[in-house]
Amino acid sequence: MNTQPAGSSGAAPSPERFPEKRTTLKSKTTDGLWGYFFIFPQMIGLIAFSLVPLISAFVISMMNWDGMGAKKFIGLQNFVSQLQDEEFHIALVNTVYYTILSVPTGIVLAMLVAVGLNRVRGKILYRLIYFMPNITMSVAVAVVFMWLFNADFGLINMYLQQWFGITGPSWLTDSRYVMPSIALLSVWMGLGGNMVLFLAGLQGISRSYYEAAEIDGAGKWQQLIHITIPLLSPTTFFVTIMSIIGSFQVFDQSFVMTSGGPAKASYTLVYHIYETAFADFTFGKSTASAVILFVMILSLTLFQMKMSKRWVHYED
Amino acid sequence: MIHRGLRISTVVLHIVLILGACMMALPFVWMVLSSLKDLSQVFVVPPKWIPDPFIWSNYKDSLTALPFGRAYFNSFYINIIVVVSQLVTCSMAAYAFAKITFPFREPLFVLFLATMMVPGQVTIIPLYLIMKNIGWLDTHLAIIVPSALLNAFGVFLLRQFFRGIPKEMEEAAIVDGANRWTIYARIMIPLIKPALSALGIFTFLGMWNNFFNPLIFLSSTDKFTVPMMLNLYRGMYATDWTLMMAGASIALIPVLIVYIIGQKYIIEGVTLSGIKG
Repeated sequence: MNTQPAGSSGAAPSPERFPEKRTTLKSKTTDGLWGYFFIFPQMIGLIAFSLVPLISAFVISMMNWDGMGAKKFIGLQNFVSQLQDEEFHIALVNTVYYTILSVPTGIVLAMLVAVGLNRVRGKILYRLIYFMPNITMSVAVAVVFMWLFNADFGLINMYLQQWFGITGPSWLTDSRYVMPSIALLSVWMGLGGNMVLFLAGLQGISRSYYEAAEIDGAGKWQQLIHITIPLLSPTTFFVTIMSIIGSFQVFDQSFVMTSGGPAKASYTLVYHIYETAFADFTFGKSTASAVILFVMILSLTLFQMKMSKRWVHYED
Repeated sequence: MIHRGLRISTVVLHIVLILGACMMALPFVWMVLSSLKDLSQVFVVPPKWIPDPFIWSNYKDSLTALPFGRAYFNSFYINIIVVVSQLVTCSMAAYAFAKITFPFREPLFVLFLATMMVPGQVTIIPLYLIMKNIGWLDTHLAIIVPSALLNAFGVFLLRQFFRGIPKEMEEAAIVDGANRWTIYARIMIPLIKPALSALGIFTFLGMWNNFFNPLIFLSSTDKFTVPMMLNLYRGMYATDWTLMMAGASIALIPVLIVYIIGQKYIIEGVTLSGIKG
């Protein structure tokens, strides 16, 4: 691992342009130090706020600890107890349910909007509006949606009654409707971000495919099915991974709108991590469930990456 | 004939897209309009959109009901420090990873990328305990320092830009005897200004909206950031919808301004972050 070039002139970029080899040699030896100098602040951050906490998380997850008193090493007991814990099960089921509700809907809608936007004028203005919920504060949006979803005075139920004569459900206080409601809010918030990624993906598809298809007499629908969707699959793949990862971490909405209720119907994994740590002060258990979440996210990512090699169609 | 069919389909498409856009924008419109209503107008069936009369004092009331001004100040100064520090530290690391050859460069960079896969919830409890040990709990340092010193995504994003800069830009300066710092500060930084803007806006939005970390680290009201204060507000004035909407509007307005000014950079940034996929 010695960077001394030892007079190997081939290592210097285009040596004929540097007649004074001394300068390049000197800069090469000190370059390594400069490299470390430049990465130093972020490296400190990486060690102190990511690596050390991550390793500690694995250690804490194997301890029985309330954060203050004696630490007791108990091996994998926390993992075993979490995997058998009823609240953990509820949280896991709710999170998976939420993911199933929000991710496919969000992706299909975002793709359709992107395909639509890609062929009309005024794309920039539409994009501005569609993307807007994506950058707003989840807490503020949750507060607004609490009212929209309100059973008696919420806009949704008022218009359901007025236009269709339907008495709407108690969206946030009925355990059957609370997760769909939160999923709806998330689809609304996330649509713009996914749409922007799909738009970028669409830009990458060469016009020549469509021209060739038109010559062959393929209609717009056939073009969508046989050209756009297959060629967009790298983007779809990326958006899917990111959406699943994001949906496994859902917390703010249920914390603000429903406090995990009613009857834990919107109690999610991150909520469980939060609750076991900062309400029950069982740091070991909480960290164990966080590690389980981490493993799930990681294996999902790795699995999808592996699978994508099979079906993702990369242009050229 | 073909022409006409095309036009009709375009009109239909526009109608669908406009309806969609309404769905996206209406919650904001409803929020702002409701924030100006009298409480009695809120419960009118069918809903009335336009306030009559306009109650501007809702904003004053909402600002005085809880120390919102304080939360605003906290959020702003935390954001400014974090954005500036991140732009410096991320661009430094990104420059080194893109342009300087040093031992273990590739493994270290992979390490940075790998940390992007670690969800914040895994490290939050150890971080909480670290902050507790060094006495930073319930101080803004607990929020500022980790964010200021670590943004793997920022390093990755800026590195992509540095890599796009041709070697010749540096070589000339090296021959002239400029050191790495001069090259970085005088030559490279001006060349990646658009990327820096994108990262700056991203960081600002992420920090402004972040709820989870302040929720864990802060406990006294006078230290609260805007989302924390809004959440407290929700708990205390849950039935006073007009004040709540005023509060939500106050929380969202800076973000919407930043968004409208910087939408080009934001959307480019989102796109760039997706390209690696």
